[in-house]
Amino acid sequence: MNDMLIAGGIGVAFGCALECAGLGDPPKLAGQFYLRDFTVLKVMLSAMLTAMLGVFWGGRLGMFDPDAFYVPDTYLLPQLLGGLVFGLGFALSGLCPGTSCVALASGRIEGAATMLGLFAGVLLVGLAFPAIEAFYRSTPYGSLTLQRLTGLPYGVMVSLVTVVAVSVLAWIAKREARR
Amino acid sequence: MRPRRPYTEPHLTGVCLGLVLLACFALTGQGLGASGAFASVAGGIVGTVSPETAAHSAYFSGYLQASSPWTAWIVVEIIGVLIGAAASATLAGRMRLTFVRAARPSGGKLFASIAGGTLMGIGAALARGCTSGLALSGGAMLSVGAWIFMAALFLAGFLAAPILRRLWP
Repeated sequence: MNDMLIAGGIGVAFGCALECAGLGDPPKLAGQFYLRDFTVLKVMLSAMLTAMLGVFWGGRLGMFDPDAFYVPDTYLLPQLLGGLVFGLGFALSGLCPGTSCVALASGRIEGAATMLGLFAGVLLVGLAFPAIEAFYRSTPYGSLTLQRLTGLPYGVMVSLVTVVAVSVLAWIAKREARR
Repeated sequence: MRPRRPYTEPHLTGVCLGLVLLACFALTGQGLGASGAFASVAGGIVGTVSPETAAHSAYFSGYLQASSPWTAWIVVEIIGVLIGAAASATLAGRMRLTFVRAARPSGGKLFASIAGGTLMGIGAALARGCTSGLALSGGAMLSVGAWIFMAALFLAGFLAAPILRRLWP
């Protein structure tokens, strides 16, 4: 029961943040791919940086154990192909799975249409699974992280990602100032 | 009718979203997600309609093993997303009912939404996550697969954009 309350509460905060940023608005999201509107990158990079630094420093300060946090497993080819197919779908609908729910909840019928498609997509994969299972499970690397891949210490990797992400955000700000 | 308030500053909102994600990690040990809720509900439907089909597919049966697919953690979280987004849009006067208003998008646009959703469903299923669960949550944990997925997603989006220009004038 407690778990369900946490799930619901986290979900409410998640949905509220996405809606406040305007991420339930398909032309706004699609504008990212035309370099017209950088909200998607700004929100994603700021959120990723905050969480990454929070996880790192919270661990250092002994507030929790980051090693216990879930790291998605890496499957090189399925995730590469999945990302390409997903990106094409994202540019088509102007929404992603989470933001399609935000679009529906803020009264946009495109959100419902995208959600319908998402159900169809996972249903297709599930039904075709016996045929594609070998590919689905191919090129597994377990819970590989960037620091383990490069052999760099966790703190160095966090600093590197921070520098890259802040540089991208600064480039976006400079580009927008020029207009 | 409330005055329509503009969207909030994206960097600040991103930091808030990052804190929500951090709280999620600290409280549950896992990140946020979205596509998993669709997979769980789809698994639940198939398991009800045709248990043999679900048992035949390791993808569906994966969602039917633990607890009920209808009240999985991620499904409850997504119900929360719907409530939070609806509350936020209503309070800020940003609710726009294109279900009933004349501003309804064209049939072609809705077809593109369904097609886009289908492709994203396939992509997220293959990759084992979407923009929330894999790119954002996995990215923050520095998962290699998450960064590959994110790079591939934006590459395909930018490459497809010129072809889809008529959709987004």
